[in-house]
Amino acid sequence: MNDSKNGSWDLSPAPESTGHIKLEKSYDLFINGKFQPSAGGKRYKSINPANEKVIAEVTESTEADVDKAVKAARAAYDKHWSKTSPRDRGKYVYRIARMIQEKARELAVIESLDGGKPIRESRDVDIPLAAAHFFYYAGWADKLDYAFPNRKPKPLGVAGQIIPWNFPLLMAAWKIAPALATGNTVVLKPAETTSLTALKLAEIIQEAGLPPGVVNIVTGHGKIGAAIVNHTDVNKIAFTGSTDVGKIIQKSIAGTDKQCTLELGGKAANIIFDDATIDQAVEGIVNGIYFNQGHVCCAGSRLFVQESVHDEVIRKLKHRMNSLIVGDPLDKNTDIGAINSREQLATINSYIEIGKQEGAEFYQPDCEVPSEGYWCRPSLFTDVAQSNRIAQEEIFGPVLAVQTFRTVAEVIKKANNTPYGLSAGVWTDKGSKIFNLTSQMRAGVVWANTYNKFDPSSPFGGYKESGFGREGGLHGLSAYLKT
Amino acid sequence: MNTTNHCFPIVSPTIDQVGVIERASRFTVRSIKKDAKMEGLKMVLNMIDLTTLEGMDTEGKVKQLCYKAQHLHDSVPGLPTVAAVCVYPNFVALAKKELGNSGVKVASVATAFPSGNSSLEIKLNDVKMAVEQGADEIDMVISRGRFHRGDYQYVYDEIAAVKSACGNSRLKVILETGELGTFDKVRHASDIAIAAGADFIKTSTGKIKPAATMPVTLVMLEAIRDHYFKTGQIVGMKPAGGISNAKLALHYLIMVKETLGPEWLTNKWFRFGASSLANDVLMQIVKQQTGTYQSADYFSVD
Repeated sequence: MNDSKNGSWDLSPAPESTGHIKLEKSYDLFINGKFQPSAGGKRYKSINPANEKVIAEVTESTEADVDKAVKAARAAYDKHWSKTSPRDRGKYVYRIARMIQEKARELAVIESLDGGKPIRESRDVDIPLAAAHFFYYAGWADKLDYAFPNRKPKPLGVAGQIIPWNFPLLMAAWKIAPALATGNTVVLKPAETTSLTALKLAEIIQEAGLPPGVVNIVTGHGKIGAAIVNHTDVNKIAFTGSTDVGKIIQKSIAGTDKQCTLELGGKAANIIFDDATIDQAVEGIVNGIYFNQGHVCCAGSRLFVQESVHDEVIRKLKHRMNSLIVGDPLDKNTDIGAINSREQLATINSYIEIGKQEGAEFYQPDCEVPSEGYWCRPSLFTDVAQSNRIAQEEIFGPVLAVQTFRTVAEVIKKANNTPYGLSAGVWTDKGSKIFNLTSQMRAGVVWANTYNKFDPSSPFGGYKESGFGREGGLHGLSAYLKT
Repeated sequence: MNTTNHCFPIVSPTIDQVGVIERASRFTVRSIKKDAKMEGLKMVLNMIDLTTLEGMDTEGKVKQLCYKAQHLHDSVPGLPTVAAVCVYPNFVALAKKELGNSGVKVASVATAFPSGNSSLEIKLNDVKMAVEQGADEIDMVISRGRFHRGDYQYVYDEIAAVKSACGNSRLKVILETGELGTFDKVRHASDIAIAAGADFIKTSTGKIKPAATMPVTLVMLEAIRDHYFKTGQIVGMKPAGGISNAKLALHYLIMVKETLGPEWLTNKWFRFGASSLANDVLMQIVKQQTGTYQSADYFSVD
């Protein structure tokens, strides 16, 4: 057995082809059903984080563009969307879902090119789930009276939506699908580094024949998000991103009657008991922290292992880490793709340095990584203390901090000892232990004997500084309705 | 009887069925192309235990199989032989003669195969006969009835006794996973077999469905890995039955590589028990070389 490296039978490159995708050289803004240039007219480059090459240019919007988009959304709401029958709204949303499925391959490739995530994940997770969200909420469009009996639910109006770079199309789907199904119109801003699939979604929405202005997509950096948040004619803000920005948004809308849902950071505890099925738990640890390069707000970044099985778990985890393939996101065999941006890589590397200085023991497999682009091998810190920064702060990268515990009471206390509360995982063969733990865990999602499982029918959202409001399921409907 | 000094009960870890199935399916999305595919296909050929275990087996059939084992497809130069030919004990001497010094081993099923329902004495005689005739490897079946009754000590002792009777022949222990019911039981049976001295653990006789599946094989590979982690000793694995195409066989090899490591990617430690797999692999090799699929009629059916 070779613990350090797979020495023989290395897989040959198996790149997904890119010949079939259609990308413009430069993208305008999608406002009022048309792609139109910004009044300011500035552009910036969207690059492939795996080789730093330019993929396309994207528009840096101005406040005037945001105003135009909000006006278009308001007009669409007043003239069309609020008067469209629920059944017809559902038809449009179904149409978007089907078109995402039809273009799944193209969308998956663009997602991997633009964001650096492995094609296996964009193909098998991001895109199918995005379609599933549209399908799910399409079904609710004409059944809202049954979802909220005797409440006569009404849409809020114009929703301003700001999404992050870790699941670009999927987050757009999480935001747009419930908003449309409930009768709201939308101004959405994708993250500056990953706007392309949102712009492809704009093309789909155009092709699906939605009334102009029902969905508007403006691209650009943080100040454009701020312009959406601060616009006086927006009724609802839905934001997914960092806790710092979430706090700014909360302050900005204080005193207004804007509705708000925030889905922010996390530092989830993934808890392995000594009676867990260790081999499957190791798989869950890997899925928890190395999925999407660890760019996951609900990543299981704090691992708590019961002390009696610590050595076994860590040995098996290291062994498994050595079978992970890091490299070209478009290669079908890649398990860990490129870090999304130079800035994020710098952040991750700085935390790795902090962890080493804090005295934790560091481990990375010695797999090769490409010379160009932004890469981080799967990383592991053992001997971590609860007071270490790497155990407290969100790293948003493939870096796992491992602590041990002795008793159930101890681990619940430690797991909850964080300002965040988005998710958690628990691994044990004992059902009663699961129920005891899940009821005491202050986290929005608790996975038992699995991790990072998503379904449109299941609500997702946080406690404490991980935000408030829920997306997905019935809960996700109420976030866009007056009930 | 060899009861060694193993302390009972052997406590096995529990297995999460959902997790195992999910992990096993992940191996099947690995994309094996070009050089890796060719190398993998040749490895598969070299790991096959070419098998005939029928009531209607004849000398003629065994002879044909032995020839095929050494000459898989002579129109393609550079192909390996299979690992072994697997027959009933009464054909061992013939197979041994036919295979000569080709390096292809003779494996014989024994111990009242496939049910294992007989006395220990008869089973041991069955093994002795096969060994005396020259079998390089013995494929025994465990007593599933005893196992289900919870008589694990009996199962263990029986395997240990057969191991003694094998002498220098290597012992493959067939768990017949299709009759065990749960992954937990498969894991427990694997641990008992390994502790009792199995050189290989093997999924199935081929007479019961389901035979080998990727999830059940994964459970057994994990038992082998845990044993290796504890003792440093390597135990081999043989999935048998139900693996009839090259793509699936390559996915098994990916599973072996990622679960255990490349050291197991040799016919010393990994085998496929199969009768029809070889021709599909050959067809894929010819496709890799020529770019086109040939008709199945170009590959000998033995």
